[in-house]
Amino acid sequence: MSGEAIKATGLTKVYPGGVLAVDHVSFTVNEGEVFALLGPNGAGKSTTIGMLTTTLKPTDGTALVGGHDIIREPEKVRRVIGVVLQEYTADEDLTGYDNIMLMASLYGIPKQVAKDRALELLEMVGLSSAKDRKVETYSGGMRRRLELAMGLINRPRILFLDEPTLGLDVQTRAAIWDYIIKLKQEYGMTILVTTHYLEEADMYGDRVAIIDHGKILDIGSPDELKNKVGGDMITLETSGLVDGAQNALKSLNQVRSVELKDGKVIIKVSDGPSAIPSIVSALQGQGITILRLSMSRPTMDEVYISYTGRSLRDESGSSEEAFVMRRTIRRARA
Amino acid sequence: MSENYGMLHGLWALTNRELKKWYKEPVILLLSLVQPILWIAIFGKAMNFAKLFTGASLNIPGLNIPKQVIDEIGAIVLKQTFGTTDYFSFLAVGMLSFIVLFTSMSSGMTIVWDRRLGFLNKVLTTPVPRGSIIMSKVFASVVKSLVQSAIILLIGVLLGLTFNFPMLSVEAFAITYLALFLLSIGFSALFLMLALRSTRWETQMAIMNLLNMPLMFSSNSFYPISFMPWWLKPIAEVNPLTYANEVARWALIGVQPTVPVYMSLIYLAVFGVLFSALGIILSWRFLSS
Ligand SMILES: Nc1ncnc2c1ncn2[C@@H]1O[C@H](COP(=O)(O)OP(=O)(O)O)[C@@H](O)[C@H]1O
Ligand SMILES: [Mg+2]
Repeated sequence: MSGEAIKATGLTKVYPGGVLAVDHVSFTVNEGEVFALLGPNGAGKSTTIGMLTTTLKPTDGTALVGGHDIIREPEKVRRVIGVVLQEYTADEDLTGYDNIMLMASLYGIPKQVAKDRALELLEMVGLSSAKDRKVETYSGGMRRRLELAMGLINRPRILFLDEPTLGLDVQTRAAIWDYIIKLKQEYGMTILVTTHYLEEADMYGDRVAIIDHGKILDIGSPDELKNKVGGDMITLETSGLVDGAQNALKSLNQVRSVELKDGKVIIKVSDGPSAIPSIVSALQGQGITILRLSMSRPTMDEVYISYTGRSLRDESGSSEEAFVMRRTIRRARA
Repeated sequence: MSENYGMLHGLWALTNRELKKWYKEPVILLLSLVQPILWIAIFGKAMNFAKLFTGASLNIPGLNIPKQVIDEIGAIVLKQTFGTTDYFSFLAVGMLSFIVLFTSMSSGMTIVWDRRLGFLNKVLTTPVPRGSIIMSKVFASVVKSLVQSAIILLIGVLLGLTFNFPMLSVEAFAITYLALFLLSIGFSALFLMLALRSTRWETQMAIMNLLNMPLMFSSNSFYPISFMPWWLKPIAEVNPLTYANEVARWALIGVQPTVPVYMSLIYLAVFGVLFSALGIILSWRFLSS
């Protein structure tokens, strides 16, 4: 292997009716990393996953997944991937255990091996005691965890997770991510995960791709993205002579900009911790006393705003989408 | 690798899933039997054509025809039109293919559910051959159809269906079920094909309701083809239900077939094979979008 688990080149999807859902997207996911696709509802995340997991045919472009072409060798791709879709996919009329065993036979895993793995996975996601209950009796969090276990039965090299924490409460979301990180460490998997939760991309993504309107706007580690947006922000309160301070600071080469606001000095630097000592000594050289100093990293939200011009937090999407999804399911069963 | 991927791997697992869902919900099974049973009980008993000729109903004034003669004439007329004097048995056997049709139709619904509830999307990401997905539904539907038609047959017997085997009874049942088996394969594959791309179960329901009765009444299930107006006859003659009924009525109640039984069976076999092959081909093409 070349060290590239996924390589998408010019991947494009136009749905019948003309919706351009994914627009010439190219990116590479390295082996063993958690790669997060971050974007609002309708950005094209699920469509991208659909193409990479061979259930949607790209209109243009292609991708290699596990070294196999998604268009020419979809069967080979399907053997090396595990998929946890955005919607619940388990058969509600069957038990959790039966669902996992069914997946196992779809992957052609011999029964005895499957049994051991199924029990192990159920244990890991904390569903051992509920395994013989019908899935329709499960809570949302339990269903998500079951989906995770179902996606892992074939010990995939590459795992796709489409909004694995959608519509769940904060505790359950944290628990799901614990499992995901544990899995990555235990099985050394490559994980492509989509989310519209900024803090999840920030905390758990090794690299993050910001996607909006079907286009990838930038890719990088959370730190890299934050540095691009303007790096760290240092806020100073000094005793008098702020004008002199400003000039002294501007001459430092780590400093990108200096502003005065409400009597405070706001300094943008690419790397805060290494810039602070020289800032302090430069000011002292001017005889200026520092009264207060604080530093902050840009948040993922600021990063997101700088790329898309709007805040992801403003979108009421998450709960609304979950609601629509549940209603769809209920209607379908009625 | 421990995994093995055959041509049709996953077929049994998926079939088993369908069947598990079915036999664990006996209420649905029973409900689907209600309609054909009502047909037999009400239609079969009310339209008792033999009564036309018996009792006081046929008494032409001025002519004093002995009752025995009328009965004999009646028997001949019935025999000539229905091939038997026993309309109840004629209809009850016709209901076997009805339940097969009905069950096969609803198998199309299951693929719409699976799509709607996400299950199908998930299965499509696994290495299961697309053909296995549709064939598992065909086979599950065949098993359901045959079990249901066996129940209908039993109820028919309890209500007065009388057998008249032209051969060993074991052979008679075997041939009947062979015909129903082939019929079920063909219809299941047909209705699954219609549902391959559908995401709305309402559409599928509408298709079912639209086709259900016309298919039924354009076959010889209720009355022989000779009863039909000229324009309906050609439709009845291509309707696979007609041939399943021909075979079943010959084997179970001794009605003389209008075409040789082996021809009916060949017709049904072609129907079954053709539509399954078409279903498999279309599922490769249309299951993913
Ligand atoms: N089956 C479909 N047919 C037509 N348009 C679709 C379909 N699925 C998604 N879309 C559209 O494609 C765009 C991207 O959707 P999606 O990939 O689901 O985004 P995300 O997962 O990021 O929320 C949206 O505008 C959505 O309305
Ligand atoms: Mg999505």
